[in-house]
Amino acid sequence: MTEPNKVLATFQVNGEPHEVAFLPHKTLLEVLREEMTMTGTKHGCELGECGACTVQVEGTPVLSCLVLAVDAVGKEIRTVEGLACGSDLAPLQDCMANLGGAQCGYCTPGVLMAADALLKDNARPSRDDIKEALAGNLCRCTGYLKIFEAIELAAARMRGEDAEPSKESIYGS
Amino acid sequence: MVLDDPAARDAQARDDAPWQHDKSKDELEHIGKPIRKIDARSKVSGLTQFADDLTMPRMLHMKLLRSTKAHAEIAHIDTSKAEALDGVKGILTGKDMPTPFGILPVSQDEHALCPDQVRFVGDPVVAIAATEEEIAWDACRLVEVDYRELRTIGGVHEAADNDEPRLHDYGVRGNIHRLENLEFGDMADGFDRADHTREDTFFFEGNTHLPMEQHASLAHFDKDGKLTIWSSTQTPHYLHRALARVLHPLPANRIRVIACPNGGGFGGKSDPFNHEICAAKMSMLTGRPVKVALTREEVFWCHRGRHPVLMRSKIGVSKTGKITALDFHSFLDGGAYGSYGTASTFYTGALQTVTYAVENYHFRGARFFTNKAPCGPKRGHGTVQPRFALEVQLDKVACDLGIDPAKMRLDNLAPRESVTANYLRIGSMGLGACIEKVVEGSGWNERRGKKEMTADGRIRGLGIACSSYLSGAGLPIYWNGMPHSGVQLQLDRSGLCTLFCGSTDIGQGSDSVLGWIVGEVLGINPLDIKVVTSDTDLTPVDLGSYSSRVTVMTGNAAMQAAERAREIIAKGVSKKIDVPASRLVFAEGRVFDAENPETTMTFMEAVGIAEAKMGTIGTVGSYTPPKTAAKFRGGGVGPSPSYSYSATVVEVEVDPDTGIYSVPKVWMAHDIGRALNAAIAMGQIEGSIYMGLGEAMMEEMAYRDRSHKGQRVFLHKIPSMLEYKSPSALEMPDCTTYVIEDPDKNGPFGAKEVGQGPLLPIMPAVANAVFDAVGVRVDENPISFEKVFAALEAKKNGKDARFGPAPDASGIPSVDFGESLKIKTPWQGGDGTASNDPHRTKKAKK
Repeated sequence: MTEPNKVLATFQVNGEPHEVAFLPHKTLLEVLREEMTMTGTKHGCELGECGACTVQVEGTPVLSCLVLAVDAVGKEIRTVEGLACGSDLAPLQDCMANLGGAQCGYCTPGVLMAADALLKDNARPSRDDIKEALAGNLCRCTGYLKIFEAIELAAARMRGEDAEPSKESIYGS
Repeated sequence: MVLDDPAARDAQARDDAPWQHDKSKDELEHIGKPIRKIDARSKVSGLTQFADDLTMPRMLHMKLLRSTKAHAEIAHIDTSKAEALDGVKGILTGKDMPTPFGILPVSQDEHALCPDQVRFVGDPVVAIAATEEEIAWDACRLVEVDYRELRTIGGVHEAADNDEPRLHDYGVRGNIHRLENLEFGDMADGFDRADHTREDTFFFEGNTHLPMEQHASLAHFDKDGKLTIWSSTQTPHYLHRALARVLHPLPANRIRVIACPNGGGFGGKSDPFNHEICAAKMSMLTGRPVKVALTREEVFWCHRGRHPVLMRSKIGVSKTGKITALDFHSFLDGGAYGSYGTASTFYTGALQTVTYAVENYHFRGARFFTNKAPCGPKRGHGTVQPRFALEVQLDKVACDLGIDPAKMRLDNLAPRESVTANYLRIGSMGLGACIEKVVEGSGWNERRGKKEMTADGRIRGLGIACSSYLSGAGLPIYWNGMPHSGVQLQLDRSGLCTLFCGSTDIGQGSDSVLGWIVGEVLGINPLDIKVVTSDTDLTPVDLGSYSSRVTVMTGNAAMQAAERAREIIAKGVSKKIDVPASRLVFAEGRVFDAENPETTMTFMEAVGIAEAKMGTIGTVGSYTPPKTAAKFRGGGVGPSPSYSYSATVVEVEVDPDTGIYSVPKVWMAHDIGRALNAAIAMGQIEGSIYMGLGEAMMEEMAYRDRSHKGQRVFLHKIPSMLEYKSPSALEMPDCTTYVIEDPDKNGPFGAKEVGQGPLLPIMPAVANAVFDAVGVRVDENPISFEKVFAALEAKKNGKDARFGPAPDASGIPSVDFGESLKIKTPWQGGDGTASNDPHRTKKAKK
C-alpha cells in the first residue's frame, strides 16, 4: 500500500491561521481534532447523522464530518472554541450554562454552532424556528427544552432586553 | 400493612442518618436554588475532556475485529498477514486473556476476546494496535478467522424449546440463564376475593441507550509498572475490579481507572467492556499508550441495553378496583451474555408493589441466552417493561369496571412508611400528589374520553400512567460489608475546600450535587468547592453512577464528611473566640455567633484558626444503605433507601385512518423528595420524558434474521443513528413539569431519585392515550404507527381491537418454573424469609 502524499494548507479557524499537513481524504472534523488539537468539536457518528460535529463555514452551520478538509481551505471556519470573547462567555453560552442546557455536554458544541448561526440570521426566533434550526442536532439528555429556553433567553439579551428566565423553567409549574 | 412502628423508625433514622430532611426550604441557602452546574461553563466552551479528546505521545490506535457469525466455534485464527503490515505494533487474541469476567459475580461469562466460541455478530475476536487508526483497520481486514458455525438461538421461544446447542455451560439448564419464582401471600385467596380478573399478554421490544458519545478509552502502562486507563465508564470501580481479575498477576493497587466525564451513559457504560480490557493489555504488550474509540456501529454491538421482554399478567380486583392479587410472568431475551441480567430478571418483578398496594403477589421470571448483542441496564433497568404491562392493564381494568383510571390509581396507592408484600420498605410517598397535579393540569376530568377532533380530522386522547424508581440499590453487586460511597474533604488556610469522591458525572450533574451539599453544610459558595471525582487512585470508592444511587448515597457521604469538617472548624473557632461551638452558624462564606452576629469571621479565617489549633484538616464520610427487610433468596434486588414517584398524562392526536399519531403535550409530576436544584432536576425529568417518547414511538433494537449459506445470522436491523430513529427537536412536545417535594428521611435534605423514574410512565401513558382517542389497544412497545393502524384495521373488521402478542397462554414460552419460594407477607405475620427454601434453611442450620 502506498501512502498518499500529505497536503500542506493554511486554515482560517476562529480568525487565526493554522498551517497543517494532512492526508487529502481527511475530513474537516478529523483535521480540527487530530491535527489542530481543537477537540471542542465532537463526533457522534461520523456519518452526518447526529450533528455533534457542527461547525460554521463562512457563517453557515455544516457537519464537519461530511466536509473534506481540502474544501475548507481558504474559508472562514468557526468552532465552539471561537464563541467566547477572552474569558467572557458569549450570551448564548452563558444562558446554556445557567439554564442547564448542557447536561453531558457532548452535543453542546454542535448545538451552540447551529444556534449561533440561527441568531445571526434571526434576532427574534420563534420556538418553531429554533426547533427547525436544531432539527439536525441530536441530544439524548435534555429533551431539548432547556436548550430552547436558553436560546430564547440569549436572543432576548442579545437584543438588549433585560430578560430573565421564567419561574416555570427553573422551579417547575 | 405497616411492619414496624413508624415513630420508632423515625427516631432510629434520625440517629442513623442525620440528613436534615426536616429542614424547611427557607432555612436553606444553596439547596433548591437554581445554581449552575460546577462544570457548566467548561461544557459550553468545548473544554470538557471526554475520553476520545485525550492523546499521549507515541500513542497507538487499537481496533477490534468482531465476529461476523452469530454463533460459531473458532477453529483457527491466522494473524500473519496483519502482523506483516507496516505500522502494526501489537496483536491480541483470546488466548492472551484467558480469564473470564463480567459485571456480576454470578455471571463471569465474558472474555476480553473470544477464545473459542463467538455468540453474536459483533463479539470481539482479535485486537490490533497500530501507529494509525487506519492501519489498525486495514490489519483487521487481513486477519483470517476460520469459524465452525453452530445452530443459532433467536429468541425466548426458541431458547425455551432448544436446550442444544447451549450458549453457556452455566445457568439453570439448556439456554435458560435464570428462573425465579417468588410467591408472596395467598394467591388463591386473593383471586377468590376478586370481583373481576383479567389476563393480558404484553411485549416490550428491546431498545438501546444511544449516548451521543461513542465509548472510548486510553490506556497507559508506564515503565514503573503502573497501569492507568481513562475511559468513558459509569462504573470505574467495577472496571477496576474486572481489570485486576483479567490482568492478574498485575496487582489491583497498580491499576488506576479514571472515568472521564461521560458523553451520556443511560446505563450503556456501566459494564466493564472488552475494548477497555484489551486497551490495557495492549499497552502492557507494546509499552505504549493505546487508544480505542468505538464507531457508532460498534456501540450498537456493545449494547447491554433494554431487554426485549414478553410478559403475562393476571390481575384480580374488587368491584371498586382495589387490587387483591397480581400474578406476573416475564420472559427476558438476554442476548449472548449475562451482564446485569440476573438483576434485570428480578427487577421485572420487583417494583410493581411500590406504587400500588398489592396484597398477594406471585412473580415468575425467566431469562434466556440468545445469539444477539447482550442486554443489560438501560434507564429504569428492568422495571420499565413490567411497568408498561401493569399500567396498560390497570387502564383496561378501569375500563372494564367503568372507573376513572386516575381515581382507580389513587384508590390503590401503596401507603407511605410501609413494607410491601415483597418486603420493600417505602418511606416518603408523593404519588397521590403527583396524580392530582397532572389530573388538574391536563384538564383530565373534563377532556378524557371526549374524542375531541382537531381541524385536520385527527382525534385527541389522554392517557395516564404512574411509576416508581429506586434511589440506588440497597445491596452492592458483589457481597461485601463496606460502604457503597465514600467522600473525603480537604480544607486549608486558603479557604480551599476540595472534595474527593469516586462517583462519575455522566451529565446528570452528580459532581455539582456534591458541591451543593457541602456548600450548604459549610455555608460556602458551591462554585468555590473543588470537586475531584472518579479516579481510583485519588478518590474513595463509590460503586458508580447507576440505579440512580449517586444523589442519595454519595450525597449522604458528602454530608457526613462536611458535618465532620464543620465540627472541627467550629471547635477551633469556639476556643479562639470563647463562644460555644453549638452557637456557631456557617453561612454566606462566614462563621457567625448566632446570638451575636457581629462576632463573625470569614470561612477562610475560621479554617486557618482551626488548622492552627487542631492541625491539618481532612475528614471522611461514608454511606451504607439501611438493612433490607427482605431475607428470602432474590430479595436483594429491589430494596432501596427510598423510592421516587412519577405520574404523567400524555395527550395524543391520532389519525383514525392511518394510525399516525403525534404527542403535542405531556404533563409530568415527579416526587423527588427534595429538589437539591429544581432547574437541574427538571432537566432530568424532561430528558426522561424525551427518552420515554423515543421508546414509545420509534426506538427499537430489532434484528434481521437472515440466512447466509444455510446459517442464520442475526444482524442488527439498524446499527446507525439515521435509521435507529430517536426524537429530534421537532418531535419534542410541550411539557408541563411539576416538581413534587415529599422529603424522605434517608436522603440528603430529603432528596430522592430523579434521573430514571419519570421515563417509566411515558410508554404506557401513550398506549392508554391512543386507546382513549381511537379505542384500540397496542399491547406492544414501541407503539409504532403501523401497530396502531393494524389494530384499527382489526377493529374495522370486527376483530379484537388490539395489536400485540397472542392474548392467551399460547403467546408465552412453556417453561417449568418449579416450585415457588413461599413468603408470608408482613400482614400475614411474615418475617421476610421463605418457608420452603432448602438452600437458606441449610445455611441457617450450619
